[in-house]
Amino acid sequence: MNKVKTSIGRRSFIKRSTIAGGGIMLSFNWLASCDMTPNQVKALPKEWFKINGFLKIGENGLITIMSPNPEIGQNIKTSMPMIVAEELDANWDDVIVEQAPLNTSIFNRQIAGGSQSIRQGWNSLRMAGATARAMLVEAAAQNWSVNQNEIITSKGQLIHKATGNISGFGPMASLASEMKVPKEVSLKEISDFKIIGTSRKNVDGAKIITGQPLYGLDYSADKMLIAMIIHPPAFGMQFKSMDTSQIKSMPGIKDVFSIKTQLEDYTKQWCDTDSFNEIAVIVGETTWQVMQAKKELEVKWELAPEKTEKVQGWAGEFKATIPSGLESSSDHMKLMASMENKKAKVVRQDGNPEAMFKKAVKVVERTYTCPYLAHNTMEPMNFFADVTDDKATLVGPIQTPEAMEKSVSSRLGMPLEKIDIQMTRMGGGFGRRLYGHFLTEAAVISKTMKSPIKLIYTREDDMSQGSYRPTYRATYRAALDKNNNLIAFHVKAGGIPESPIAANRFPAGAIDHYLAESWELKSNISVGAFRAPRSNFIAGAEQSFLDEVAEIAEKDPIQFRLDLLQKAKENPVGKDNDYDASRYAGVLELVREKSNWDNSSEGIHRGVSAYFCHNSYVANVLDIKVENGNPIIDKIYCTVDCGIVINPDAAKNLSEGGLIDGIGHAFYSSMSFKDGVPEQQNFDKYRLIRHSEAPKKIQVDFVKNEISPTGLGEPTFPPVIGALANALYRASGRRYYNQPFITDKQIVG
Amino acid sequence: MEQFLLNVNGKNLEVNVDPNTPILWVLRDHLNLVGTKYGCGIAQCGACTIHLNGAAVRSCQLPISSIGKNKVTTIEGLSENGEHPVQKAWLEHDVPQCGYCQSGQIMSASALLETNTNPSDEEIDSAMNGNICRCGTYTRIKAAIKTASKS
Repeated sequence: MNKVKTSIGRRSFIKRSTIAGGGIMLSFNWLASCDMTPNQVKALPKEWFKINGFLKIGENGLITIMSPNPEIGQNIKTSMPMIVAEELDANWDDVIVEQAPLNTSIFNRQIAGGSQSIRQGWNSLRMAGATARAMLVEAAAQNWSVNQNEIITSKGQLIHKATGNISGFGPMASLASEMKVPKEVSLKEISDFKIIGTSRKNVDGAKIITGQPLYGLDYSADKMLIAMIIHPPAFGMQFKSMDTSQIKSMPGIKDVFSIKTQLEDYTKQWCDTDSFNEIAVIVGETTWQVMQAKKELEVKWELAPEKTEKVQGWAGEFKATIPSGLESSSDHMKLMASMENKKAKVVRQDGNPEAMFKKAVKVVERTYTCPYLAHNTMEPMNFFADVTDDKATLVGPIQTPEAMEKSVSSRLGMPLEKIDIQMTRMGGGFGRRLYGHFLTEAAVISKTMKSPIKLIYTREDDMSQGSYRPTYRATYRAALDKNNNLIAFHVKAGGIPESPIAANRFPAGAIDHYLAESWELKSNISVGAFRAPRSNFIAGAEQSFLDEVAEIAEKDPIQFRLDLLQKAKENPVGKDNDYDASRYAGVLELVREKSNWDNSSEGIHRGVSAYFCHNSYVANVLDIKVENGNPIIDKIYCTVDCGIVINPDAAKNLSEGGLIDGIGHAFYSSMSFKDGVPEQQNFDKYRLIRHSEAPKKIQVDFVKNEISPTGLGEPTFPPVIGALANALYRASGRRYYNQPFITDKQIVG
Repeated sequence: MEQFLLNVNGKNLEVNVDPNTPILWVLRDHLNLVGTKYGCGIAQCGACTIHLNGAAVRSCQLPISSIGKNKVTTIEGLSENGEHPVQKAWLEHDVPQCGYCQSGQIMSASALLETNTNPSDEEIDSAMNGNICRCGTYTRIKAAIKTASKS
């Protein structure tokens, strides 16, 4: 065992709180009620003993583990408690899971974003379980008058072999809750894990499949009213005035007014919206009544002037300028193309690429683009708010509760300690719910109405609000010598309003002469992090380009990449390379083996890709069959190195989802604009991948190692786009450069 | 406002609403049955799928005035305790990620299996194509439908 110093905040060890029945967290009983696992057979205990902020144990041995981070479908509500249960040495069937509320004094980083929950929670979750286990052992030692070093634990039991004493955790829980928090605890050896690395079912599974209330949109409270908003119809426009007289007399309508999400002098945080600050609000009794009033309300909009806003960035406060004007996608494409010939910012240079390009025997140059994307979580934006003079209760789906608590505190002029944010299960996140304007809006509406309200966005409100994945463009150049060696590499990429470049990623470090340049164009169309930000475009572009270069260099596409990685491993260029070349090569070698790459079958057109982002490594081989002239994705082989895998079947599910999501967006999805108006506002025009278009089979294999776990929410999304483009090329003879591929030239046939 | 008598999940219920109100919002706002989800409001995503006399329909486009004596079944009424073969198969394959679309997926799948006990891949695709899953659980859904079809 590894001895480690405990570092859990003292406040997470509130002493002996023996609250009966519903437990200590009574304030969020709607969310916590009866979160039983399907195997749950034990009745609720008469008394709970809180061992630390992460867990409490009942006298009957039932254990409640708090899942600290927001659940958006990445299944951390199961996998985070599994880590605690592992170090506690609990019997998983005795565990029930509760979603923790926002509580920064107990929990670290209660964010769902950046595929970081497991990676950053790993140590504290292990520590929470291990300290609780140590306190149970100490309690048993006192109780039995034996040396605590002689007590072992196994599956929820304390055992002292010499005396034959055996006890469940339940009978020792009361005494354990009075023990001192140990200054040092032992963590298990990885090889001793019994829960981590075994597949455990989603703790909310039974509720989901029976339609129990779980999501923000399902939340209700006494006397709750329904609120909806109308935001400007176009980016570049703002609220002017409205005529509310007719609307207020419509059935069920309580009030109509406009609100400002933030006040004029507010310094924005990164999680605040850049979209529309002043919006119209309608409040009524039922959703349908408010929807009817929404159709009738006539709001006058006007052109918005150029704005300068204060923003709190990672490196301090800065001023951001939002231009005026009504933008169109056709202009965006021309503007981005015009950047090719303009000077851009050099973000990395190794050697002398210019000289090498002059010496080259062959130069390959290709340009890739992608459109804006809307997140389209299946559950539209919504939030419940009950704001009174001395308290604000906010319940709903939010990826950034901690940051939004500050935002809402500033807007309401109410101190943080009077704001209670509770997290519901989310009907998808994908980055969209990092930007919690809807939470602040709900709070302002509730305060104005002096009533609990639930704010609901229609699909159209949601899809046309912004926070989009930016539109990007990247041009790659490769220089080959007479022996087809890659002697120089150049990428020049940018986007509106941000660049997709990650200059220190592969193939940087593998090529002696390398240049990365970056540019950006301003816009008033708001953007936000979208599942695997920047990587969700640049990975596909880069992996398509490398495939084409390998072909021109007459090399096998996997071996071509492996040779470059070998160079990066043995003799890396530069110091800032942000990847481990061995692990990178590892997933490629594994996918070569699993897909039987060297012996592919007839009629199967294969594309390969590999990428590293969000701290995990992923490689794909994607097989296409052509049936009646249509490309059918027959199978995807996906290999992943994310370190230790907590819950293998759930990890596979999340990986499969990332692959399908990546394929879907690259192939079908696009958000375009005409004079500032989003041209797709619902699923009649916005295409998402559907059942018949999904891959027929997916095989996910994980690299086995004992490296501390990294994330999985994002890493499988970006690279599969390259594998798809490369397989489509093999099937059709056409390269796909512009997303969505469905409108890029002609589909196979 | 008008009074309507409904048969939902085997129970006779009375509601007093605007006749144009889609049954989706009657279920969610008036009957406290929130398992049926709002996703698009234009019958394009399938999150609101219910059964009307056993057939899968999109409740967001179905005004209460058109229901009459037809029997409405929602995810809450599909089985007593999640014991419908489709629900059991969903748990066996641990299908859901975010889970939001899944009650609609389950309602579409269970309606399919009522009329076709052993659907082919193509028949599954065709019956399920109206149900979007943004998380991308399509391959697991298909596997779960096949498992359910065998039971």
